[in-house]
Amino acid sequence: MQTGSYVTRIPTDKGSLWKNSKPLLVKLDIELTERCNNNCAHCCINLPLDNQEAAKNELSTAEIKNILKEAVSLGCVTVRFTGGEPLLKEDFEELYLFSRKLGLRVFIFTNATLITPHLVDLFCRIPPLERIEISVYGMKKSSYEGVSRVSGSFEAAWRGISLLAKRRVPFVVKGALLPANKDEIEKFEKWSATIPWMDKSPQYSMFFDLRCRRDSMDKNRQIKKLRLSAEDCLKILVRRKEYYIRVMQEFCAKFMHPSGDNLFSCGSGHGVCVDAYGKIQPCLALRHPDCVYDLKKVSLKEALINYFPKMREMKAENPDYLSRCAKCFLRGLCEQCPAKSWMEYGTLDTPVEYLCECAHAQARYLGLIEEEEKAWKVDNWKERIRRFCEKEAPYHENEN
Amino acid sequence: MKTKIDLKNKYLPSEDVVARDVHGEFIIIPITSGIADSDDEIFSLNEFGRAIWEKLDGKRDLKGVASILSSRFVATAGEIENDVLGLVDELLKRKMVVKA
Repeated sequence: MQTGSYVTRIPTDKGSLWKNSKPLLVKLDIELTERCNNNCAHCCINLPLDNQEAAKNELSTAEIKNILKEAVSLGCVTVRFTGGEPLLKEDFEELYLFSRKLGLRVFIFTNATLITPHLVDLFCRIPPLERIEISVYGMKKSSYEGVSRVSGSFEAAWRGISLLAKRRVPFVVKGALLPANKDEIEKFEKWSATIPWMDKSPQYSMFFDLRCRRDSMDKNRQIKKLRLSAEDCLKILVRRKEYYIRVMQEFCAKFMHPSGDNLFSCGSGHGVCVDAYGKIQPCLALRHPDCVYDLKKVSLKEALINYFPKMREMKAENPDYLSRCAKCFLRGLCEQCPAKSWMEYGTLDTPVEYLCECAHAQARYLGLIEEEEKAWKVDNWKERIRRFCEKEAPYHENEN
Repeated sequence: MKTKIDLKNKYLPSEDVVARDVHGEFIIIPITSGIADSDDEIFSLNEFGRAIWEKLDGKRDLKGVASILSSRFVATAGEIENDVLGLVDELLKRKMVVKA
């Protein structure tokens, strides 16, 4: 009856599990805490380590276990523990074991400063089945702690990374490009290339989000100061010019078009994020009251079946958005979305000027728009994209 | 050490794995290390593999498992017994089942 192997191995690509339709929920994000032992000025979520009020309001172990059980019943195969710093959560180990025994892969976002020999033993014995993802803020103490603003955090992070590396627990690294560390990018990439599980260049945060709870004007001012200019972002994006252009040609052919008045052109609402206090969100960043539901009143299933699909049908109403973003063919290059609008302005449909500048800077570099031209006024955008995609890279002479 | 699989033997799923039906796919997820070839693999069984897996309860021998399956699948008793032995051999090598 049977030919070949009886057991089929399925590597990390979860998409290969299902041929046609997918389960209601494939991946769950849980913010275990908003507290963090670092104090990064650019962070959109962090609360102080010793914030007792936040700690008191966080979900209990039993509540999180119930959420995990419901997620599994809906078909979930991966849970991502994020924060804040998820390893700060006192019951992290219990929740990790519980998740793994439910048959979940566990994806951990961490700064690695709290990785201990005990945790590494656990990860060796019971592997997460997903690569641990580590944010690295600098290659030397002054740059790292210039970002983290916690003395001793550089040594702690590198100790954690070394522990994982020595015991061969799979991890990848990502960076946040800030004035304190942006000149270390080559050094960071050279080092990251030595990590066996890095199968591509590291990802970077650079278009920093404002506070996603809109909780501090002072912190928002700080974040804005730390954002690289559109021109500096462009320099980073195009530092490997041929590669960048090749990738952008492929990208533009698929994803560049005006999105009209539909607010949600992203994947938001297809998955579920649960914040540290038991609110369900369509994505980690979107905390607008119209898009957030209380787990005490709404189950994950109800959110996915009844609420998020309706949310995804929401239309933009802001005239500024309708005359610009709705008609702009740079949608694929631009990070404009309801979450970004929420964080910047407290609305779902206000154009975010910083993101608009960054997208236009890229489009100018790629020759998709002229100097001073606004992409939402371009009628022949299909023709421009076609011309760009057919050009042979490298073709652009204006590399600075 | 080579393990000899015999139709008289009884097996049951290891506690080091979790089997789940996820949207029609029957998958086996390692809990402990040493089951997968790499640290990020899970496994799937086809309909026949799943039918065998679900009968491995540590109480019924493999001959009994094959006998039950012969009423469900169109094949000779010998073919079904061979497939039961083949699958259990592979599961045993991967430490996904244990001898009862």
